[in-house]
Amino acid sequence: MFAFILRRLAVAVPTLLLLIVFSFVLMSLAPGGPFTGERALPPAVLANLEAQYGLNDPLWLQIWNYLVSIVVHFDFGPSFVYPDRTVNQLIAAGFPVTLTYGGLAFVAAVVVGVALGVAAAIWHNTWLDYLAVGISIGAQVLPNFVMAPLLVLVFTLWYRVLPGGGWSFNDPSFWIMPVIALSTSYMASIARITRSSMLEVLGSNHIRTARAKGMPESRVIIRHALKPAMLPVISYLGPVFVSMITGSVVIDIYFSTGGIGKAFVDSALNRDYAVMMGVTILIGTLTILFNLLVDVLYAWIDPKIRY
Amino acid sequence: MALLDITNLSVRFRTNDGEVRAVSDVSLSVEQGETLGIVGESGSGKSQLSFAIMGLLARNGAASGSVRFDGDEILNAKPKLINRIRAEKMAMIFQDPMTSLNPYMRVADQMAEVLTLHKGMSKREAVAESVRMLDAVRIPDAKGRIRLYPHEFSGGMRQRVMIAMALLCRPKLLIADEPTTALDVTVQAQIMQLLSDLRRDFGMAMILITHDLGVVAGSCERVAVMYGGRIRETGRVGPIFAEPALPYTQGLLDAIPRVDQEDEELRAIPGQPPNMSRPPAGCAFEPRCPYRRPVCAEIDPPLEDFAPGRARACHAPLADVLARRITAELPEVDPIAAGDIPEAEAIPRAAVAGAGVAGTPSAPGKEAE
Amino acid sequence: MVIDQTKMQSLSARLVQDEVKGRSPWADARKRFFRNKAAMFGLTILVLVTLFAALGGQFAAWSGEELDFSVMGRVAELGAPSLANGHYFGTDNLGRDLFARVVQGTQISLMVGIVGAAIAVIVGTLYGATAGYVGGRTDQIMMRAVDILMSIPYMFVLILLLVMFGRSMSMLFLGIGLISWLDMSRIVRGQTLSLKNREFIEAARATGVSSFRIIIRHIVPNLLGVVAVYATLLVPLMILTESFISFLGLGVQEPLTSWGALISEGAGTMNYGTLWQLAFPLFFFVITLFGFFFVGDGLRDALDPKER
Repeated sequence: MFAFILRRLAVAVPTLLLLIVFSFVLMSLAPGGPFTGERALPPAVLANLEAQYGLNDPLWLQIWNYLVSIVVHFDFGPSFVYPDRTVNQLIAAGFPVTLTYGGLAFVAAVVVGVALGVAAAIWHNTWLDYLAVGISIGAQVLPNFVMAPLLVLVFTLWYRVLPGGGWSFNDPSFWIMPVIALSTSYMASIARITRSSMLEVLGSNHIRTARAKGMPESRVIIRHALKPAMLPVISYLGPVFVSMITGSVVIDIYFSTGGIGKAFVDSALNRDYAVMMGVTILIGTLTILFNLLVDVLYAWIDPKIRY
Repeated sequence: MALLDITNLSVRFRTNDGEVRAVSDVSLSVEQGETLGIVGESGSGKSQLSFAIMGLLARNGAASGSVRFDGDEILNAKPKLINRIRAEKMAMIFQDPMTSLNPYMRVADQMAEVLTLHKGMSKREAVAESVRMLDAVRIPDAKGRIRLYPHEFSGGMRQRVMIAMALLCRPKLLIADEPTTALDVTVQAQIMQLLSDLRRDFGMAMILITHDLGVVAGSCERVAVMYGGRIRETGRVGPIFAEPALPYTQGLLDAIPRVDQEDEELRAIPGQPPNMSRPPAGCAFEPRCPYRRPVCAEIDPPLEDFAPGRARACHAPLADVLARRITAELPEVDPIAAGDIPEAEAIPRAAVAGAGVAGTPSAPGKEAE
Repeated sequence: MVIDQTKMQSLSARLVQDEVKGRSPWADARKRFFRNKAAMFGLTILVLVTLFAALGGQFAAWSGEELDFSVMGRVAELGAPSLANGHYFGTDNLGRDLFARVVQGTQISLMVGIVGAAIAVIVGTLYGATAGYVGGRTDQIMMRAVDILMSIPYMFVLILLLVMFGRSMSMLFLGIGLISWLDMSRIVRGQTLSLKNREFIEAARATGVSSFRIIIRHIVPNLLGVVAVYATLLVPLMILTESFISFLGLGVQEPLTSWGALISEGAGTMNYGTLWQLAFPLFFFVITLFGFFFVGDGLRDALDPKER
């Protein structure tokens, strides 16, 4: 198992380096420097700025310096637009918020989705199954950017029970809508995947054997069916994680929650490449680590995977 | 009183293409310690019959009639009742050892849970007993291998594990559903030998379901021949093999090579088994029967005793069948052409799915990875 | 809303199996597809939405760009949907005709969806078929590259690209298409591997047909089932992606518009009592996604019938 993790890391680390180099090269290729905004800067100021940010060094040296500062000091450098703030500060301000509602949304999507899917499969072709299928079909056309306005419409504008935006770590009523908006469509997908894989497993030969052994149905499901039925769900968790992080951008914008998505979109609109790259690299790292976790989980469940 | 008493058992499946009658009005009994063979080609309903007895039909299947085991009615019985009988008094081994064991659990856990559940043993005792049982089915180094996962065993070894698992509680009846079909020929013989040894040692009754008459001849006392979801002939093995009283049984016997009869040509039965989503009005074998007569197409003959311990369902007079006085010339089967008849044409896929493998959906396409 | 890879693999395995047995999966599938009520319903929706996109402009009383000064400033009271003043779907907050804007948004969203899916399918199919057909070390390297690319947060890279190289439509098409070919390539590779050793491929190889021609003429046509299903299910995902980016204001730029941009505008103004600005684009967005999902699922179930 340890060797397996090491081998996966051996792939993950170069991937990450590649991502850093790739985004850096992209940035240097971009037409117009980072400082060509709406207001033309005096050439002297521009030269000064470029020197300060090391933009006159050869590309390889810039990349090397950037890599070293990230890998060794975990430092993404200063923002291009707000020279008094570093990328690290901008990320650190938003990250805990994103982590809180993102984590909750992830857990909610997985727990509710799996429970719904398993229940639908067990009570196949009953009203519960139809309800679960109905919900999950309906919810797949309700991505976060549709859910968010609809939730605000209902709970803030009509019923006035939830705040329409903002964030507070102390008041969970600020968390509810971001979590629901972010998790709904993934919950639906997870429910669908769980249901169909559970149905497949429940019809498989080894489940018939388990029943022939006189196991009560509850034990058949928990001990024999759940594990294999979870495999497709687990391999779907990686994409869910990525999509949720991506979706957090919408949440941050729409609900003004102040997570890193906000920093990202602001920097995108300001052409603040340093912040954009910082966020992209951070998220890339998280994604790669999460996928590693998923792989390990998968290998732990499925004994046929040799590691 | 017989150990197992089946009366008028029918099994139906609801499929997208209508209802499929997999088993119709089957009545059978098995005595303590007796071995009954059930023979038929694929799609004859023999596997579904065994699943119905064990209460293992697929979701879309429904059974009616009566199955009494040791005096208790077990057909459509409450889960609590049937779960006390399954594995403990009546166990089953399946056709495909590759998929019938749980691939995600160690063999030790899969076996031990039977004993902890039914006998209330501790995990440690249960594993120790499981090792003894693996020894009994002649798995070398059972103590070491019980810790392995099923995919680390070969096909024959897996079937031995299945057998060991089925015998853990010393059941009174073992249902073996084509136990050797998926195995190599050499392994087949070993498994059959093992089964008959164990049956003798444990003194249990056995229902052996197979399409292989050779297997039946070797290990059964009585045999029931199934066709189109019905029992068409029953009797003791000796008389049936010597004097098959049913055209279909005769056809089956003609189609197997025999060492004791030299130079005899093998004859295949022409045609295809019936589509049980549209069962024929008369005898299901009529289109393929060389002894057919007008009544066969209209009335399905009932199963009737014609000698002590023997029964058959056929309109043709017994004497005619025994003397091979055929009434209809059927086209000679060209073995190569027969194999080429597209499956889809003869039996709609859905009908096959309903009747033959309704309970065994294929595994997801892992090989596509 | 992600394509269920397990089902896709099951479909792929099924089609290869049918290929082996020499029976065409299409004849039965067509019958099953046309019997599937949800799929027929989806197809009807798609036809209607397409007609709306193609012909809607003919019926618009206003163009999407001119401002109706009579409603400006008092959109909440005067800009509501009405047949009398020709604003069938009302106006947007600037007084532009929402009907014309929705028609334009539908055109653009459908186009992005279809072009994006086409790019993803073409790239994914060729890549996967090549990797699977060539096999060996090339295959390993190509698939390892896919593994690596899989773990990149695409949406961020895409936004990075859009910001750096300008938010042009072609960039959007290309970027969205290039996001989604990875899964496609994996499935196609798997199926190619199983097709590769079939007799008809060996016969072609034995008669000296070049590898490229074998891939194009023999492998790719046999992938049609998987590709068709995948493409149908990809279009709504592409539409979702485009809408997502446009919702953030980083996608389609004014004066052009798309569903995402319209939903974003509608969502921004809904507390002024102009709910129709959200409702109309959202309605078209939702029914179109439903349409594609139903047709895609129906197609897959028709080609790989199973009790589900």
